[in-house]
Amino acid sequence: MSRDLVIKDLHISVQEKPIIKGLNLTVKQGEIHALMGPNGSGKSTLANSLMGHPLYDIDSGEVIFNGIDILELEPNERAKLGLFLAFQYPTAIPGVSMANFLRLAVSAVRAKDGNGSGNDELIPMREFRRELRAKMKQLGIDDSFARRYLNDGFSGGEKKRAEILQLAMLEPQIAILDETDSGLDIDAIRVVGESVSQLIGPELGVLIITHYPRLLDYIRPQFVHILLDGQIVESGGWELTQMLEAEGYDPIREKHDITEE
Amino acid sequence: MANSETNTMKELGMSQEYQYGFHDDVKPTFKSRKGLDEEVINQMCDIKGEPDWMRQYRLDAYKIFKQKPMTRWGGDLTQLDFDDIYYYVKASDRSERSWDDVPDDIKNTFDRLGIPEAERKFLAGVGAQYDSEVVYHNIVEELEKIGVIFLDTDTAVKEYPDLVKKYFGTIIPSADNQFAALNSAAWSGGSFVYVPPGVKVEYPLQAYFRINSENMGQFERTLIIADEGSQVHYVEGCTAPTFSSQSLHSAVVEIVCMKGSRVRYTTIQNWANNVYNLVTKRAFAYEDAQMEWVDGNLGSKLTMKYPSVYMMEPGARGDILSIAFASKGQHQDAGAKVYHCAPHTTSQITSKSISKDGGRSSYRGWVDVAKGAKGCKSHVVCDALILDKDSRSDTYPVIEIGENDTNIEHEARVSKIGEEQLFYLMSRGLSEEEASTMIVNGFIEPLVKELPMEYAVEMNRLIQLQMEGSVG
Ligand SMILES: Nc1ncnc2c1ncn2[C@@H]1O[C@H](COP(=O)(O)OP(=O)(O)OP(=O)(O)O)[C@@H](O)[C@H]1O
Ligand SMILES: [Mg+2]
Repeated sequence: MSRDLVIKDLHISVQEKPIIKGLNLTVKQGEIHALMGPNGSGKSTLANSLMGHPLYDIDSGEVIFNGIDILELEPNERAKLGLFLAFQYPTAIPGVSMANFLRLAVSAVRAKDGNGSGNDELIPMREFRRELRAKMKQLGIDDSFARRYLNDGFSGGEKKRAEILQLAMLEPQIAILDETDSGLDIDAIRVVGESVSQLIGPELGVLIITHYPRLLDYIRPQFVHILLDGQIVESGGWELTQMLEAEGYDPIREKHDITEE
Repeated sequence: MANSETNTMKELGMSQEYQYGFHDDVKPTFKSRKGLDEEVINQMCDIKGEPDWMRQYRLDAYKIFKQKPMTRWGGDLTQLDFDDIYYYVKASDRSERSWDDVPDDIKNTFDRLGIPEAERKFLAGVGAQYDSEVVYHNIVEELEKIGVIFLDTDTAVKEYPDLVKKYFGTIIPSADNQFAALNSAAWSGGSFVYVPPGVKVEYPLQAYFRINSENMGQFERTLIIADEGSQVHYVEGCTAPTFSSQSLHSAVVEIVCMKGSRVRYTTIQNWANNVYNLVTKRAFAYEDAQMEWVDGNLGSKLTMKYPSVYMMEPGARGDILSIAFASKGQHQDAGAKVYHCAPHTTSQITSKSISKDGGRSSYRGWVDVAKGAKGCKSHVVCDALILDKDSRSDTYPVIEIGENDTNIEHEARVSKIGEEQLFYLMSRGLSEEEASTMIVNGFIEPLVKELPMEYAVEMNRLIQLQMEGSVG
């Protein structure tokens, strides 16, 4: 079955204010897309809504994933279908160790159809430890991370790396990376970029939200989209990022007759 | 012993009854009539064969109890009827209950908690606990070799009268409060622990092992004496709901921490939700001694419990870590009290409460620094987590400072389970219930990591149980 993510004429508002106004986008398994757009254009709104954040109201449209409309599904059901969001601002959960959390999450996601308490079908501790350690090593993450409380007191860079570790452990079919590069120093961008590119393959489709082409040097997208005024106004290839880098968003605004808000 | 007691009862012409009418129970047992008065106390003393000083102690305490007005602060005690309570039920009654008579929901809870068979039966008050008795006797033998006394308090009164008499009621006098007076008049069971100078007990002493005695009574009386430079960790309670037909539990725990000693007292209790749990716990810590209370309260209708440490001499330290989980129809009025009676003493209070399904939790704290007690430090942290809008949390901190040269900090935080936290965890595949359970477990982690391993595991499972069906 096709694991594509298909967004059709999606309208989203936040507190009665329309943010996304008729967005169409398809991300297929194995494809890499970049989504760019000025601050406040609605990139995170889109990402969070795709994952099922309760704060955002879906006014109309469809989001088909795995052949079904997922808009009515709970976030955990979407995760079990193979959707993943690396957050722009990951939330801290004090007192919950990375390892405990990940074991429950991995167990829940792998037991796709189980809906009750994942505790009954936890993946065996040894197996889990081995896998976690291997993936942490692969991503250059220190062992001590496993015992730390989830995102609690993590530096900006550590949080982003923890998101990539979760991506690696949960093995989704479609991953949305919301500014995983922001707040990272140049070396960290390289580490994250290389880590993600290691994970990329025919099984994984990626939607990368970013402001800077630097991350895209490591993860070359086949498709680049520009979000302005709640819609994707331009889609193209690598050349779009170059144009943005050189000229900013103004020429595109002019072309589409969009006045700055 | 059972025989001679039966005879005593006959001689006294007292009624015997077959407890709870269990047909498979043929052993005669004794239960006092409802209510407390001098006659009931005298009966109790006769059956126990107590020395005169203890009889007098009880009778004096009873007089004080009669004079005390009903406690009006803390929780709502208006439904509590002192005349409708059995004050003395001989423990062997309980041990004659059969497993078949344990209600199904209690059994189910045990199943889900994964409590070992032997412990289960004990928790439900069932059956002869041969295995555990053996365990207890082995432990007692080991302890005797290093001079440690670990007995139920009734036995200690008989076997170590001088030691008991010297300290009993010195930390918490009968007149301290209404419930201390009641306990002093009606007490039965509880633990007596004495650790000789310089002896460090390597493993926690668990009340659970001491089960062949009158354990888990309504009016337990515990006395722990840690002699100079000694160390001991005492653990009481269990995480399974305590099965009880009695609705008032009022324990007194007294601890003496002599110079340079270190005592930790850990409690995890989960009472059935008809129970009033009104407990007085206090420790005196002398020079450089350290007292730690770790106190977890779940269940009950109303819990009022404020473990306290009196720092009597320089260098003493008191740490109190408490957690309360108030669910539907429950009020947890818990907290801590520290008294800096000497200079250069230090205290730390960490209180965590969770309120859910209309439950109410209150923190009641008292920090007292005596005049002239210079260079004292006290740090109080109160965190409340409220899971829904019907639930409630309050804090009632009191700080009395008679000395300027002190350093006192008080932090209080009330939080709700954040939508962002829930969303984050759910986006990783956790159900809403799993996510909120995880957040709650994280919230109490600072306490849980202080618990012995097996208690920590049970505590987390228990929270999971409490959270089940709470969302959706
Ligand atoms: N939780 C919220 N409450 C109120 N307004 C919100 C909320 N989330 C988003 N918005 C509003 O929606 C608009 C789009 O915000 P969004 O975070 O989606 O932008 P973005 O494209 O991700 O920006 P950035 O590049 O700065 O991350 C903004 O005007 C923002 O203020
Ligand atoms: Mg954003």
